[in-house]
Amino acid sequence: MSGMTLYDKLWNSHLVKDLDDGTSLIYIDLHFLHEVTSPQAFEGLRLAGRKPWRADANMATPDHNVPTTTDERSRGVEGIIDPVSKIQVKSLDSNCDEFGISEFHIDDPRHGIVHVIGPEQGRTLPGMTIVCGDSHTSTHGALGALAHGIGTSEVEHVLATQCLVQKKAKNMLIQVNGQLSPHVTAKDVVLAIIGHIGTAGGTGYTIEFGGEAIRSLSVEGRMTVCNMAIEAGARAGIVAVDEKTIEYVKGRPFAPTGELWEQAAAAWQDLVSDEDAVFDKVVELEAADIVPQVSWGTSPEMVAPVTGNVPDPANAANESKRNNYLQALKYMGLEAGTPIQSIMLDRVFIGSCTNSRIEDLRAAAAVVKGRKVAANIKEALVVPGSGLVKVQAEQEGLDRIFTEAGLQWREPGCSMCLAMNADQLGEGEHCASTSNRNFEGRQGFGGRTHLVSPAMAAAAAVHGHFVDIRDLELH
Amino acid sequence: MKKFTELDGLVMPLDRANVDTDYIIPKQFLKSIKRTGFGKNLFDEARYLDKGLPDADCSQRPLNPDFVMNQPRYQGASILLARDNFGCGSSREHAPWALDDYGFRCVIAPSFADIFFNNCVKNGILLIVLEEDIVNELFKETFAQEGYRLAVDLPSQCITKPDGSTIAFDIEGSRKNILLNGLDDISLTLKNESDIVQFEADWQNKAPWLFSQKRA
Repeated sequence: MSGMTLYDKLWNSHLVKDLDDGTSLIYIDLHFLHEVTSPQAFEGLRLAGRKPWRADANMATPDHNVPTTTDERSRGVEGIIDPVSKIQVKSLDSNCDEFGISEFHIDDPRHGIVHVIGPEQGRTLPGMTIVCGDSHTSTHGALGALAHGIGTSEVEHVLATQCLVQKKAKNMLIQVNGQLSPHVTAKDVVLAIIGHIGTAGGTGYTIEFGGEAIRSLSVEGRMTVCNMAIEAGARAGIVAVDEKTIEYVKGRPFAPTGELWEQAAAAWQDLVSDEDAVFDKVVELEAADIVPQVSWGTSPEMVAPVTGNVPDPANAANESKRNNYLQALKYMGLEAGTPIQSIMLDRVFIGSCTNSRIEDLRAAAAVVKGRKVAANIKEALVVPGSGLVKVQAEQEGLDRIFTEAGLQWREPGCSMCLAMNADQLGEGEHCASTSNRNFEGRQGFGGRTHLVSPAMAAAAAVHGHFVDIRDLELH
Repeated sequence: MKKFTELDGLVMPLDRANVDTDYIIPKQFLKSIKRTGFGKNLFDEARYLDKGLPDADCSQRPLNPDFVMNQPRYQGASILLARDNFGCGSSREHAPWALDDYGFRCVIAPSFADIFFNNCVKNGILLIVLEEDIVNELFKETFAQEGYRLAVDLPSQCITKPDGSTIAFDIEGSRKNILLNGLDDISLTLKNESDIVQFEADWQNKAPWLFSQKRA
């Protein structure tokens, strides 16, 4: 009998019981909520006369809808101009109040994007099962937790029962061997992975990311990788626990302390796949082959190296892909064979749960320092992932580096990643974005998204088009 | 929750792979705090020529004449025929709510995204996975014959075509059961209440640090 994978261990330790029909009842340690996918769930609880099973296992924050201009945010929830957004944020506030759930309100200094503040606060811990009504919940898997997105009905189910009914997924290992080259980041790694296995490559699997290159990433880098596991079709992505994980968690506000810390840290040592564990599927990539990536199309799998060109649909693997590519090129207003570095941009967005943490901001600042945003860039936004990231960035002087270069320094929120607030692309505009999805209309009606790393987005802001970050002199 | 037993419906072909949940229901409509009313904004960006806003009067909006949904022959369709990886992207349950509110009770495709699949089951929408060749055939037949209908029978897991021939489909037992009986999943889970309580007590013993995170 072979050993267990990390996913097996996380699943087994949370298995309440296997049900008659082939599904299982899984206990959920931590449930994050935000304002968009929770209102109907709370309404359901209310109508059924139910209370949360365990109020203290929930944590809420409004992030999708919130404005990011300092002026609007200075007045808290009343400062939200869009009346529909305001109702949604107020609904979260009153629901959390009514049901006794902790919330970081819009004006709380610790407020931010839910997948940034969870790990930041030490609420996300190794070995947990974590869910949220948001597909990028996979982010938390970077800390050796089993974390994934759920729909609103499941949000209601978790609130009421502290459990989820789940079918166990298969095990996939994606191993990135060797060392990454300079300026090749976690974002490039995960874009390359998705380019390789496709947006459905991970469907039905939990992906464990491993190998020397993954281990070499910081915990923030690992979060970037796990964040986009869902873009490869896998609901959850995980990275095994090591010294970096333990160091990251230690001392955070909600992390265990004293005796409990000793116990926890010891237990977390086991959060690795056994030597003799067998995965249903293994994919290997060589880190040395990965170069800075740029998405050119309308799906995260439509990526190319920055040194490459927009592909020719005629070379697509099959007819379905060819049609997909043709549709994408039409929407993006791009011709086959166009060099990536010649794509001119209109806006730049540095932010999102994928890349808005302090290391991301430092990387972007290093590129723009002493330089100016190009004349053809209408707007370049930097949206820190949380109030604490913002404060730290300001202490390091990063905000001044950005504003002196002509970028805008904003308040935390999901912002232009999905453009539910006023931060949107105009029709036909090309954007270099550090977010996670480039679907049609994602960043605004008719908007054209190109997914890149923070350094690449910053370089694009300065040059007005994509450039190879490896060719730049950095401070 | 709505039951699904059988359906005799007009088929609408959506000939596009990787239809993501942003395509199904764009984000501005997620500002609603209700479960209903999303049908008029289903496939909004392809369906209308202008940009959609929440609470806009959709009866006044210009329709995209090229979009399949606006063609007279597909009005009243309740079965959606789709391509690979239908429903990829976000976990928004607003996607199945929009499909259901419009009138689609069944989607047939070669593959579906995972979270989307679960969300559909919760809303009484039957998702049928068929081999790519069979789906290709269905697309051809639907395009060729105006008024093309299929009869779907969940208990026998069988689709009957207009010419009387049948296609068998697979479905996981648990999902079939939920759809047939319109089960309220929370009540069902709470039948295991004592098991959950027991698990929680044991888990708290093993991992006490997970039960003592201080309140914010």
